[in-house]
Amino acid sequence: MAEVIEIRIPSEPKFLKIIRATVGHICETMAFSSEDCNNITLAVDEACSNIIRHAYGGSSNQPIHVLCILHKDRLEVLLRDFGRKADESEFKSRELDDVRPGGLGVHLIKSVMDIVSYDNSFEQGNQLQLIKYVRKK
Amino acid sequence: MELEVDRRVNYSILKIKGDVDLYSSPQVRKQIIPLVDKKNANLLVDFAGVTYMDSSGVATLVEALQLTNKNGGKLRLFNLAQPIKDVFELSRLDKVFDICENEQQVLEGI
Repeated sequence: MAEVIEIRIPSEPKFLKIIRATVGHICETMAFSSEDCNNITLAVDEACSNIIRHAYGGSSNQPIHVLCILHKDRLEVLLRDFGRKADESEFKSRELDDVRPGGLGVHLIKSVMDIVSYDNSFEQGNQLQLIKYVRKK
Repeated sequence: MELEVDRRVNYSILKIKGDVDLYSSPQVRKQIIPLVDKKNANLLVDFAGVTYMDSSGVATLVEALQLTNKNGGKLRLFNLAQPIKDVFELSRLDKVFDICENEQQVLEGI
């Protein structure tokens, strides 16, 4: 049976470090390479940053729930917020030739995770599902 | 995160230590923009102490690069650890920035 670790933080940027440390440790306990550990940590961090900036408009006292499900062959991360519903079109990568500040986070998430799935069917808020498979050595 | 500026005759070196993320990148922006927002300003950014960087850090550097180019100066990055280089590569900006291996290389032609 999969093991489950849940982290809950307020939408305050200074707590992102806690998410990164926890996700990094979880990846190390699974058989991910150090490159994958860094990439998964980056993706989860970027997803939390997007929640703070877009779903909560920068408000720092709103809840972010990060559920890590440790399957045998993959790590599944569910990020839940209770803020503004995102339009599907907002969850698009930027044009990569367009060198400008911002808009990079979604591109990074999609580049490093195997599955990125967005669910805004909840009555309140959004849920992002990120999955990374453990690569066979 | 800690920032330290070393001003020389032809260039400045900005040393960054710690994590550059959504929390700390506004501090980097506040420090870096005045350093490049003048004619022919050369800025060398030392990443030796940078332990993590996210897209908000990259975005801050993109803004600094655009200002440097506009003002006829140079912005160079050096001493990047592999995970930080990976963020630039994933962002497909590794060819847009002038990334040097070490201090000797970064000073060439300045």
